[in-house]
Amino acid sequence: MIPKTVSRGMLLTPLLAALAGCNTVVMNPSGDIAKQQAHLITVSVILMLLIIVPVMILIVWFAFKYRASNTEAKYEPDWDHSTKLELVIWGAPLLIVIVLGLVTWIYTHKLDPYRPLDRLDEHRPIPASSKPLVVQAVAMDWKWLFIYPEQGIATVNELVVPVDQPLRFKVSATSVMNAFYVPELAGMVYGMPGMEITLNAVQNRPVTSFGISSNYSGAGYSDMKFGYRGVPQGDFDAWVASVKAAGGAKLDKANYLVLEKPSIKEPVRRWGAVDEDLYYRILNRCVADGVVCQDKMMMDDARKAREMAMNRMPQHAAATRLAQANNGEVCTTPDESVKKK
Amino acid sequence: MHEQFDLMKLIFGRLSWEAIPYHEPILIGTFAMVVLGGLVVLGAITKFKLWGYLWNEWFTSIDHKRIGIMYMILGLIMFLRGFADALMMRAQQAFSFGDSHGFLPPHHYDQVFTAHGVIMIFFVAMPLITGLMNYIVPLQIGARDVAFPFLNNFSFWMTTMGALLVMASLFVGEFARTGWLAFPPLSGILASPDVGVDYYIWSLQIAGVGTLLSGINLVVTIVKMRAPGMDLMKMPVFTWTALCTNILIVMAFPILTATLAMLGLDRLFDTHFFTNELGGNAMMYVNLIWIWGHPEVYILILPAFGIYSEVVATFCNKRLFGYSSMVYATVVIMVLSYLVWLHHFFTMGSGASVNSFFGITTMIISIPTGAKIFNWLFTMYKGRIRYELPMMWTVSFMITFIIGGMTGVMLAVPPADFVLHNSLFLIAHFHNVIIGGVLFGLFAGVNYWWPKMFGFKLDRTWGVRSFWLWSIGFWVAFTPPYILGFMGVTRRMSHFDDPSIHYLFQISLAGTLMIAAGIGCMLMQIFVSILNRKKLADVTGDPWNGRTLEWSTSSPPPDYNFAFTPVVHDNDSWADMKKHGYLRPLKDFVAIHMPKNTWAGPVIPGITFVMAFGIIWHMWLLVGLTFVAMLAVAIYHTFDYKRDFYIPADEVTRTEEERTRLLEAHV
Repeated sequence: MIPKTVSRGMLLTPLLAALAGCNTVVMNPSGDIAKQQAHLITVSVILMLLIIVPVMILIVWFAFKYRASNTEAKYEPDWDHSTKLELVIWGAPLLIVIVLGLVTWIYTHKLDPYRPLDRLDEHRPIPASSKPLVVQAVAMDWKWLFIYPEQGIATVNELVVPVDQPLRFKVSATSVMNAFYVPELAGMVYGMPGMEITLNAVQNRPVTSFGISSNYSGAGYSDMKFGYRGVPQGDFDAWVASVKAAGGAKLDKANYLVLEKPSIKEPVRRWGAVDEDLYYRILNRCVADGVVCQDKMMMDDARKAREMAMNRMPQHAAATRLAQANNGEVCTTPDESVKKK
Repeated sequence: MHEQFDLMKLIFGRLSWEAIPYHEPILIGTFAMVVLGGLVVLGAITKFKLWGYLWNEWFTSIDHKRIGIMYMILGLIMFLRGFADALMMRAQQAFSFGDSHGFLPPHHYDQVFTAHGVIMIFFVAMPLITGLMNYIVPLQIGARDVAFPFLNNFSFWMTTMGALLVMASLFVGEFARTGWLAFPPLSGILASPDVGVDYYIWSLQIAGVGTLLSGINLVVTIVKMRAPGMDLMKMPVFTWTALCTNILIVMAFPILTATLAMLGLDRLFDTHFFTNELGGNAMMYVNLIWIWGHPEVYILILPAFGIYSEVVATFCNKRLFGYSSMVYATVVIMVLSYLVWLHHFFTMGSGASVNSFFGITTMIISIPTGAKIFNWLFTMYKGRIRYELPMMWTVSFMITFIIGGMTGVMLAVPPADFVLHNSLFLIAHFHNVIIGGVLFGLFAGVNYWWPKMFGFKLDRTWGVRSFWLWSIGFWVAFTPPYILGFMGVTRRMSHFDDPSIHYLFQISLAGTLMIAAGIGCMLMQIFVSILNRKKLADVTGDPWNGRTLEWSTSSPPPDYNFAFTPVVHDNDSWADMKKHGYLRPLKDFVAIHMPKNTWAGPVIPGITFVMAFGIIWHMWLLVGLTFVAMLAVAIYHTFDYKRDFYIPADEVTRTEEERTRLLEAHV
């Protein structure tokens, strides 16, 4: 039932786009995730129109028919209840919400940004050999830093991705809350300091477009955008090689601290080499020398709290528990992309 | 520790001449106009010796009717300010393309959109809604005043002082540049070290106290002071929605107060509730502020729903269809409004199950809301609809609001929200429900109850002009943002690179200008009606053939509202009384027990205003002094035992006989 609704909805997508009449990238994206999100918009609109159109017609009709000057129309001043009608007016919206709720439940899980992709697009599953390309996206004041950990390169305000390869973004920020949004590719997720959100997506055809911060972040917000390009795999490899070949300075801690200073309309910059633990340090807010990384601080705090609690327990039990606790299973990030020193 | 003792700093804190924005021509112009206008008004008051009248009859009044009117005047003045902000934003966005950067630099523009949001919600919608509830609810339930008359006056002045603080930020220092909910870390001391966010925090804290207290007041009034016979299921629908709204206020506003207090502590005393460092977590703030913020939306819309219910029944000359399902729908919305807050930030990284839960609860709210629309629809069915202004606003609301509801449910589908969140689509959606729902409701309510408040109807011609300009102007202004949202254009931008979308912003500006003309017509409507008040006068007290108790008394009602407390047998109690040939009591009047005016109502909030100003500018000496003064005055006020008096039976008799004469002359 749902696929059918979706496919019917797809027929109407161009109509909605035509209605807008212009370059409505949100309804006509080139990435599979964004495309499914657009379909969902269409489906929900159609479902709701089922009830809204009749109600609209009724409003206009009743408003006209029962005008005071029309003495022909029936007038029943004391008619104020009808069980049948009440059933309809509560039941009809309920049915629609049940259907829409089902669609919502399924697609919220399917399109959860954390969820690894299970297809390239509606016709192609993920090839067994393909591994997601990891890009660490950091919102800074007021520019975007992209680190490609596997390629060992980094850019500012330029995001290049290969077509038809699963992408996995790790989104964070340096000082305030932003949102990472490439309308062609997939919906947005927030980038927040000390936090990380994963966004899985795939770009299905070559495109030259843009990405933005879609959460207001201060004075330079209006210009906080970056060039976004989807290119064939070969071109992507060539681009990576060219960034590496161009050489230049390494994006290390010292260079990063300079980059971190607020700036507006930062031109595109590229680095052929990046400190391996730079993103880990950004995420844990310890790029500057002598600052304790947050994950370490949290672990220390947790251990101290536990030891304090243990001290109040009977000796024997406490010793065993403490030994258990310190033998591992303390909170670690089970994520291969965050490399720890 | 060895900081030199600095007297200037102790007295003036961080306030200096730098804080006066003399380099901003727009602000200086506004300032000059405000000063000139203010001087003219103050001069006129002095010339006509109105100070005593204003102080005795209005500022210190504990009459719920006068306080209600004062709330609405506050709302109207702040509406003009908030709309001026809107015009500036629309104009900026219509011209700021490519090489042109418009006339507002980000530093100023960011304050404008923050102030617009804060003012429109806290100091326009809230005072107008509270004002209407204050005026109408006691009349609808057959009471002589609210449960706590002093508190009512005090609440009003607290709200006013909050508004005054926002206005002060225009000329002394600056307002927040954070967006209307001031999310940290952006609103933290590191990203916003100046006074803007402090103005934001303290104006909302002061106004929040007022709102909370007036909420408690109205809940107690409705629960305890209904006329005999009016059990819960015989209350007028507006009173029902007022009850639910005030329960929401009482439950939600403490959350806002606590959240802003923590933000204030972070900024002033270096605590770390919402910072990036030392265990702080900004996501907690986002959750807390929306746990208040979503019920707030329903605090605004529920009374508007109540107004529509009253208007539809009255102008269709028919009982409201599905009274009990209307009441249940209101209560269901009230409860559900606490279970949806996360839909404001699906993109913050909660798991899919959490997002689905909040998405689906949001959709469920559309069921009772839909039921309400149907109820109004079937009230029109087999009715005799008189298209007076309130009814016109109601029909316009039904059509506008349904679209807003639809786009709301679209946003409630989390994967769809991932592409529409923070876009202009979102902006269009909430203006669609707040203008099309709350504001149209207020316009309907003001046109409906104006004769009750002032004894004459509002002029129809100018009202109709205003109606069409608003109803059409709204769609001209807000269809472009809906479309722009689909083009990936986000909110709060002060400058655009892409010239191809230029024209959409210009259409939107044109719509805003239509709305401006609509507001102009509205002011004209009030002005013309005051001029023609003799011709538009209503002597019956019941100009619309109303159905609820407020129409059983004179327009405007006497101080004591009802000479004898009415007895209620039906939920359309006045219609029921008219049907059964109710006769006004003409003799045997008795003395009526009433509360006395209060000087402490305006004075304590006035001191609070100075204290908040001191905190904002770190003038600690002033803060200490005003804090002590505030406590002293509050304690002194508790020794004031003479708080009530009796209106003598003679006077009641005179008032009622005067009314009898008028009624007889009319027929």
